[in-house]
Amino acid sequence: MELFLQQLINGIALGSVYGLAALGLTLVFGVLRIPNLAHGALYMVGAYVTYFALVSYGIPYIAAIGLSAVVLAVVGITIERLVFHPLRNAPHTHHLIAAVGVLFFLESGAQVLWGSEFRQMPSPFVGTVEVLGLNIGLQRLVVIFASIAVMAALYLFLKKTVPGQTIEAIEQDRTGASLVGIDANRVSMMTFGISAALAAVAASLVAPINLVFPTMGEALNLKVFAIIILGGLGSIPGAIVGGFLLALAEVFSSTYISNAFGQAIGFVFLLVVLAVRPTGLFSKGV
Amino acid sequence: MQVLSRHWRKLALAVVLLVALLIPLFIDNQYLLGLIMLAYIWAIAAYGLNVLLGYTGQLTLAHAGFFGIGAYTVGILTVNYGFPFWPSLLLAVVFASVLGFLIGIFALRTQNEYFAIFTLGVGFVIFLVIERWESFTGGSLGLIGVPYPEGLGPIQFEGPEQLYYLILAFLVLTIYVAASIAHSLVGRSFIAIRNSPDLAMAAGINVGRTKQLAFTISTAIAGLSGGLYATYIGFLGPAIVNVPTTFEILLYLLVGGMGSLSGPLIGAFLVTTIFEYFQQFEAYRLVIFGPVVILLIIFFPRGLAGLWGELEARVRRSPEKEAEGREEPSREEVR
Repeated sequence: MELFLQQLINGIALGSVYGLAALGLTLVFGVLRIPNLAHGALYMVGAYVTYFALVSYGIPYIAAIGLSAVVLAVVGITIERLVFHPLRNAPHTHHLIAAVGVLFFLESGAQVLWGSEFRQMPSPFVGTVEVLGLNIGLQRLVVIFASIAVMAALYLFLKKTVPGQTIEAIEQDRTGASLVGIDANRVSMMTFGISAALAAVAASLVAPINLVFPTMGEALNLKVFAIIILGGLGSIPGAIVGGFLLALAEVFSSTYISNAFGQAIGFVFLLVVLAVRPTGLFSKGV
Repeated sequence: MQVLSRHWRKLALAVVLLVALLIPLFIDNQYLLGLIMLAYIWAIAAYGLNVLLGYTGQLTLAHAGFFGIGAYTVGILTVNYGFPFWPSLLLAVVFASVLGFLIGIFALRTQNEYFAIFTLGVGFVIFLVIERWESFTGGSLGLIGVPYPEGLGPIQFEGPEQLYYLILAFLVLTIYVAASIAHSLVGRSFIAIRNSPDLAMAAGINVGRTKQLAFTISTAIAGLSGGLYATYIGFLGPAIVNVPTTFEILLYLLVGGMGSLSGPLIGAFLVTTIFEYFQQFEAYRLVIFGPVVILLIIFFPRGLAGLWGELEARVRRSPEKEAEGREEPSREEVR
């Protein structure tokens, strides 16, 4: 029972990271119809920015995450302008291929600049707290609460502010939104910026538990794609629910079946779902 | 004019083939010869990807998975079970294409992005199975000692020179098959689906079955290249099956030109050579090639072969026709 509860907490912490990363990916897909294969690479760069802000410049952890989010937002906007904007009318395969190019660049760039060694990110939140007889790592609690705070902030931004509503409007009907005077270009840039910032926050939160290295985004990349397909491409609640479901499935099958199975379960589930329902579980009419 | 250019094309082809045949006589350097062989093997794999992506317009990201199935079929049969090479290679192609056919049934129910992501999942699961099934595939330690092919009649495969001719023969075969497909009714149906699935359906093409055929052919060729890779390299590790290999094959095809007949060969040759030339800057390779991929897909989505075709068309076109404007490049047929 104790093991079960312990793993439940681990699963929720992992799920909130997956949810954050998947949110960014699903936003970009919903607004721009781009399956951004480079999302995992943005996540990795976000972790490095936080790492160096912490270690080299001594910026406090939470502020370092904020800085990383801002830096990655700029990176995201730059990528949108330079890479995806010129391709906006190209066939969908071209978006995917361009995203692979971005992935190549970011991953090997990180390798050249920062080397391929694994780095441990120090966090001020060390130690454990005892809740109901369970020892829970403080960092995991920080992951969970920070993720929920960011998700709530994003929700309020999308629902209650004008710029947020322009994102939803473009997502629902691009032509209609343009007709009422919404600048699709600005929305595209904003969406990419938010998406990259979310990836940076997710990576920076989980990095003290895992490690920082140039290919850290690869496995996550595939997983977030599994999540947003299961949750329905472009669906925000789907990304969050999917993130938690995948994380719990992984954690429990790793604990009770085998580690290899835990790593594979997301993809097996993805393949089964797509084989039965080719447009995902909760797809809206795309 | 048309007839003349066709003759030139044939002549150029003969010269290229002659050079390819003479290479082992002039190159004493084993390392260089090995490099050329590797480029041929990747070119074969890229031809497989081209059938699906270039002709039919479906982006599969499971290509390295099927390449790996071919490679590991040869590896496991020869190393673990002492099978001879030739039946193993045949089984590699059969196994890759049967699995491709079965997976295709499900994969092709999905479309566009979903297809790409589904195949990405397929590729990753194949990698995981190969990496984790240690008792069968050797896991991350890999398989050591995949033998050279046994002699065929009077031909003995003792050194790299003989293996070179073997791989060249399979490359020529692959190009011949690709050319026959491109010029056949089937190939035209592939292209019709790429240009517009709805239009293809309206023209009476069974879109589902045609895509299924393209997927199966593509996986069969991937299996062939994997099998050849196994005997060429002699050692198999799971990394070669992982998703980044798919991206590399994609890079070869993109540089050479999607949907063209010469593209995969040109791309694989050029990129492998450049990679090797900048070997001491190995880490920088992809830092440079990432932006190259992006620039190509934005400005020259049909790669070098497409660029050449455009230049040729511009030279051939008389000045008064120039005013009529260029035809849509994506609608052009495969040459």
